[in-house]
Amino acid sequence: MFNITLNKILPNPILSLILWIIWLLLNNTVAAGHIVLGLIFAILIPMWTASFRPENVRVKAPLTLFKYFGIVLWDIVIANLMVAKLIMGRNDKLMPAFFRIELDIQTPLGISFLANTISLTPGTVSCDLTKDRRYLLVHALHAEDSSEIIKQIKQRYETPLIKVFASC
Amino acid sequence: MLDWILAGLVLLGAVFTLIGSIGLYKLPDFYMRLHGPTKATTLGVGSILMASVLYFSFTTESVSLHEILVTLFLFITAPVSAHLMAKSALHIKIRQVEHTQSDQE
Repeated sequence: MFNITLNKILPNPILSLILWIIWLLLNNTVAAGHIVLGLIFAILIPMWTASFRPENVRVKAPLTLFKYFGIVLWDIVIANLMVAKLIMGRNDKLMPAFFRIELDIQTPLGISFLANTISLTPGTVSCDLTKDRRYLLVHALHAEDSSEIIKQIKQRYETPLIKVFASC
Repeated sequence: MLDWILAGLVLLGAVFTLIGSIGLYKLPDFYMRLHGPTKATTLGVGSILMASVLYFSFTTESVSLHEILVTLFLFITAPVSAHLMAKSALHIKIRQVEHTQSDQE
């Protein structure tokens, strides 16, 4: 009984939490009034906008998600250094490449997370997604062995994302 | 001590933003140039914002964290715009350097 009402009030707890935190950050305060006002918005906005979201995505493993963010942040730092070196080097030594990644992840939100991650980690930019959502086209600034990059992306980013998002 | 950390962070941010812009200028084709701005917005802006958080948290009474929002919005919007540009570039078949490898037939 309690669960059902909770689901109705908070159809999307993670979204509510994010909205609440964003509200507090926007106001740059933790004053009691803003905490309450933010909470009200965090409950009302997901309810009002529910029809904009075609599918309700559930985060199955929030801990894995946080670990994933940690990994991505670390990779951004490392990859930045590598790409900075590539840019300062000679142009004709670069080996740009297009390659396709066969996707195992199926949820739209998961795919957008993966595509965003690929673009954020410097050195690779996601360029296109096939209509059937099975392949992601990626451009790499310097790929000595594109199959190695694909393997790393699948193992490092896709596997945890599959664990995190489940459609319901 | 704080001054040194702040100076280091701002300098680091400036250096990465500069390298990103150099990449934008000197890389040979459109797709490769896309990689330049992704750098400037991640580590470059990231460390400048970190310096801002530290500065305003230590010099004023309150903790200042709304810089995190800038990072968050950049991290969401930058890849999307890069993706859209790359997609349209592919669509109108913009020239790519000849030795670009491709697994497409």
